[in-house]
Amino acid sequence: MAPFCHRSGTMLNGSMPIKRKTAANKAGRKTHAAKIAGNGAGNGHSSSIRPLLALEVSPSISPRNKIAIPQFHGSAATGFLHPGSAISVSHFSVEDVDRILTEASELEAMPVARRALCYAKRRVALLFYESSTRTRTSFELAAKSLGADTALVSALSSSIEKGESLKDTGITLRSLGAECIILRHPNSGAPYLLARSTGLPILNAGDGSHEHPSQALLDLRTILAHLPPSARTAVKQNHSIHDRVLQGVTVTIVGDILHSRVARSNALLLPKLGARVVFCGPQVLLPEYAAAIGPGVEIERNFERALKQSNVVMMLRIQKERLAGLEIDLEEYIEQYQLHKQRLAAFAPAAIILHPGPVIRGLEIASEITDGPNSAIAEQVYHGSIIRMALLARALDAYPKRNEHSSKRR
Amino acid sequence: MTAILIQGGHLVDPSTGMDERRDLYIRDGRVAALELPGKLNALAKKERAKIVDATGMVVAPGLVDIHVHLREPGQAYKETIASGTQAAAAGGFTSVCAMPNTSPVNDSPETTRWMQAADRHAAVHVFPIAAATLGSRGEAVADYKSLQAAGAVAVSDDGKPILDDSIMLEALAQAARVGLPVIQHAEDTRVTQGASMNAGALAFSLGLRGMSVDAESGIVERDIELLARLRKSDPASRAHLHVAHLSTAKALEAVRRAKHSGLRVTCEVAPHHFALTQAAIGDYNTDAKMNPPLRSEEDRLALIGGIVDGTVDAIATDHAPHALHEKEQEFERAPNGIIGLETALGLSLLVLHRQHRMPLTRVLALLSSQPAQVLHLKHRGSLAVGSFADVVLFRPNDDWQFRASESKSKSRNTPFDGWKLPGRIQMTMSEGRIVHDVRLSTK
Ligand SMILES: [Zn+2]
Repeated sequence: MAPFCHRSGTMLNGSMPIKRKTAANKAGRKTHAAKIAGNGAGNGHSSSIRPLLALEVSPSISPRNKIAIPQFHGSAATGFLHPGSAISVSHFSVEDVDRILTEASELEAMPVARRALCYAKRRVALLFYESSTRTRTSFELAAKSLGADTALVSALSSSIEKGESLKDTGITLRSLGAECIILRHPNSGAPYLLARSTGLPILNAGDGSHEHPSQALLDLRTILAHLPPSARTAVKQNHSIHDRVLQGVTVTIVGDILHSRVARSNALLLPKLGARVVFCGPQVLLPEYAAAIGPGVEIERNFERALKQSNVVMMLRIQKERLAGLEIDLEEYIEQYQLHKQRLAAFAPAAIILHPGPVIRGLEIASEITDGPNSAIAEQVYHGSIIRMALLARALDAYPKRNEHSSKRR
Repeated sequence: MTAILIQGGHLVDPSTGMDERRDLYIRDGRVAALELPGKLNALAKKERAKIVDATGMVVAPGLVDIHVHLREPGQAYKETIASGTQAAAAGGFTSVCAMPNTSPVNDSPETTRWMQAADRHAAVHVFPIAAATLGSRGEAVADYKSLQAAGAVAVSDDGKPILDDSIMLEALAQAARVGLPVIQHAEDTRVTQGASMNAGALAFSLGLRGMSVDAESGIVERDIELLARLRKSDPASRAHLHVAHLSTAKALEAVRRAKHSGLRVTCEVAPHHFALTQAAIGDYNTDAKMNPPLRSEEDRLALIGGIVDGTVDAIATDHAPHALHEKEQEFERAPNGIIGLETALGLSLLVLHRQHRMPLTRVLALLSSQPAQVLHLKHRGSLAVGSFADVVLFRPNDDWQFRASESKSKSRNTPFDGWKLPGRIQMTMSEGRIVHDVRLSTK
C-alpha cells in the first residue's frame, strides 16, 4: 500500500467498528459476475450444449456478432459481466456486501486530501439516459472525491439524440478511455447490454423498474447506523456484516412497488442479512406475485398493520411517468397510504423513516415527517456518497490499470 | 425432368398411415410410385433414374410451415424470399406460408403475385397469406376474391390483431365465401402496451411490463363467439378461424371447447412455446423475446397436452428474422421474434417424440399433413402417388448441433444456438428438385 493512501481502522457513522480489510482480500473476491467471466473467456460463447429442460439460457453472443475493437486495456468485449460491476444486488454475496461496506468505512475515515489521490486521473463516465439530480450528483462527487476524472454524457447529447445505440455509445466511451461507466437508463436490463458490449465494469445507477443497487446499499448503511444497541454489539463482536445482522428488523416498503427499482433492490438485499421486508400498497401498484421476488418478502396491504411491525419504513413516490394505463385515485391513495404524524405516532413511533427521493411532500409523505425526528432521509444522501465511493473503488480496483496511471493504492 | 428413385429408406407418411420400408419413385416433380424395397429397381434402370440411397433414413413428406415471415417485399436486410426458403429447405420444409406484414403490407393481388414470381428464386414453394384488412389497419376488409385468385391461401393481420368485432365478423364471413381461413394473432393490444414478456412474478423481478394470459385468451374467446354467431345465422357457413401461435393453457381450453361444439376452429403452436419457458430470458436475452411471449411451465406443459390430445392442429415456426443490430438493443426496445425453420423438426423430435413419447408419425403429421389440411394446400404434406414430390430425408436418431452462425437465414436471432437436437436432415426435395443436400452443404 502506498503511503499516500494509508487507511486506518474506522467506525461506521462514528459508532460501528468494522474490521479493516487489506487489499489482498479484494483479489479474492468471488462474485456471481466473476463466475460468468470465468467461462466466458475465449470466443464469448461456450460450446457446451445447453440442457433443454434446465431452461437456463445464458446470454450468448456468437463469435460472428463481435466487432474487432482495438484493445486499449487488455479487456475485450467478450460478452460477460465484469466482476467490478454492480448491476443487480442478486449478484452480491454477504461477503461482497461486507467488503463494500468495509471499503465505504475506510474511505469515509480517510482524510479528504489523501482520498483524492486514491484514484487520481482514473476515468469514469456517467451515462445518463434519464435525468436525475440526486444520483448523478452523488456519483459524480464520489468519483471526484477519489480523484477520478469524470465525463457526463446525457440523453440530450448529440450522438444519442441522433440515434446511436447504447452499445456504440459504450464502445465510444471505452475508446475514449473510460474505465468504468455509471449508467442510468429508462429500460430495465440496459446495464447488462452495456456490460456485455464494453467488457467494462458497469455501475447501475437505476435501470427502468429493475434495480438500483447503490440505493439499496446506502439504505442498508443507513439502517445499520440506526440499529438498536444490542444488535450493534453483535456486529461489533463479529467485526463484519453477516447474514443475521438484521435479524429481527422489519423493513416496510410502501407505495408504488410495481415501478420501483429501489423496492426490488432492497427486497433482494435486506433479507440476505436477516431482515424481513414487507411490501405495502394497493393492488394496482403491488401485484400479489411481487412477494415471489425472493425469500423474506411478504405483502401487507393494510398500512397501519404494516406500520405496527416496522422498525424501518421506506416511503416511495408514485411514478406517474411509468403508470401508462394504470389508474390511481390519488385522494384515496393519500387517505390509505400517506405517512403522517398521527399514523406514525399511533403505530410506529420508534421507526426510522427512509425515502429514496425525490419526495413529493403532501402525497406519500407529510412534510412534518420528512423533517421530523424519525426521518433519516438526509442521512441517506450522506451514506449515498460514501457507498458510491466504495462501489467506484471496487470497480476501478478490479479494472486493469493502465501503466501511466498505475495505482497509488498498492 | 429426370426421375429419382429413393431407395432403402423407411417411409413415414401420416397422410396415408404408411410407416414401413418403401422405395419411392419420383417423376416430373410428382410421386409416381411407392413399392417394397427393390421392386422399382428395374424401372429406375430403364428410365435411367437418379438413385438416392436412403438407408437408415426416414423418408417423409416435405414439411409444411403455415406461419413464416420472409420479410419481402421491403425488409430484405432481415431476410429475402430466397434466403428464407433456403433456410426452410435446410430445415426440411418444402411449403411455407408467408405472413403479409411486409412493406408494403401484402393486401393486393400484385404483391401476392410478386411474392410467387420466379425472380424471387424461392427454393421451396411459397404460399402467400394476404392481409385480412387493408394495410392491416383493422378498418376495412380486403378483396379476398382477387387475393385468392392471385394465390393467397389465407388472410391474416398477423402482428396486428383484428380487435373490432364487426370487422372480424365481416372478415370471417367474407373469407368463408371464397373458402379462405382467417388467421388471428390473438392479442388484445389495448392491454398489452409496453409489455415485452409474459406477465407474472418473473416480469416483476425483471422490472418488465407483462402480457397477461387473458390478453390472448380473451381474443380467442371473442373470435369463437363471433364464429358461433355466424353459424347461428347461417348454419351452412364455412367460416374457419385459425388461431396463430397459441401460447396459453387458457386459450387452448377455449379452442378445445369450440372444437367439441363442432365449430371450425384450428390452431397452431410454435416450437419455442413447447420447448422453452420465460426463464430463457435470463439476463434480458433478446433472443428469448417474442410475441406471444414465452410463458410459464404450466402453459408449456398444457400446450404439449394439447398437442398430444389432438387439440393442436399444426406446429408452425413463426420464423421471424431480425438483424443483429435490432436484437442488440435494450430488451424493451428489441423487436419480437426468432428464426425457427432450421430447428423446428429437431425441437419437435426432442420434446414431443423423445421426451413426451409421441409416435414419430404423429409428430410428422403436425409438421406436414395437418398444416397442409388446415390451409387446404392440395397435394402437399403427403407422399401419396400423384402428390408433389416434396420429400425430406432425415436420420431420426442422429443428433446434431444447431449453430446459428451456419444458418441459411440472413438473420441469427435464435435462443437455440448450440443446442443438440435429434433428427439430422440429409436431403430435402421440392417438387422433385434437390434443394438441400447435407453432403453438399456441410463444411
Ligand atoms: Zn403473430
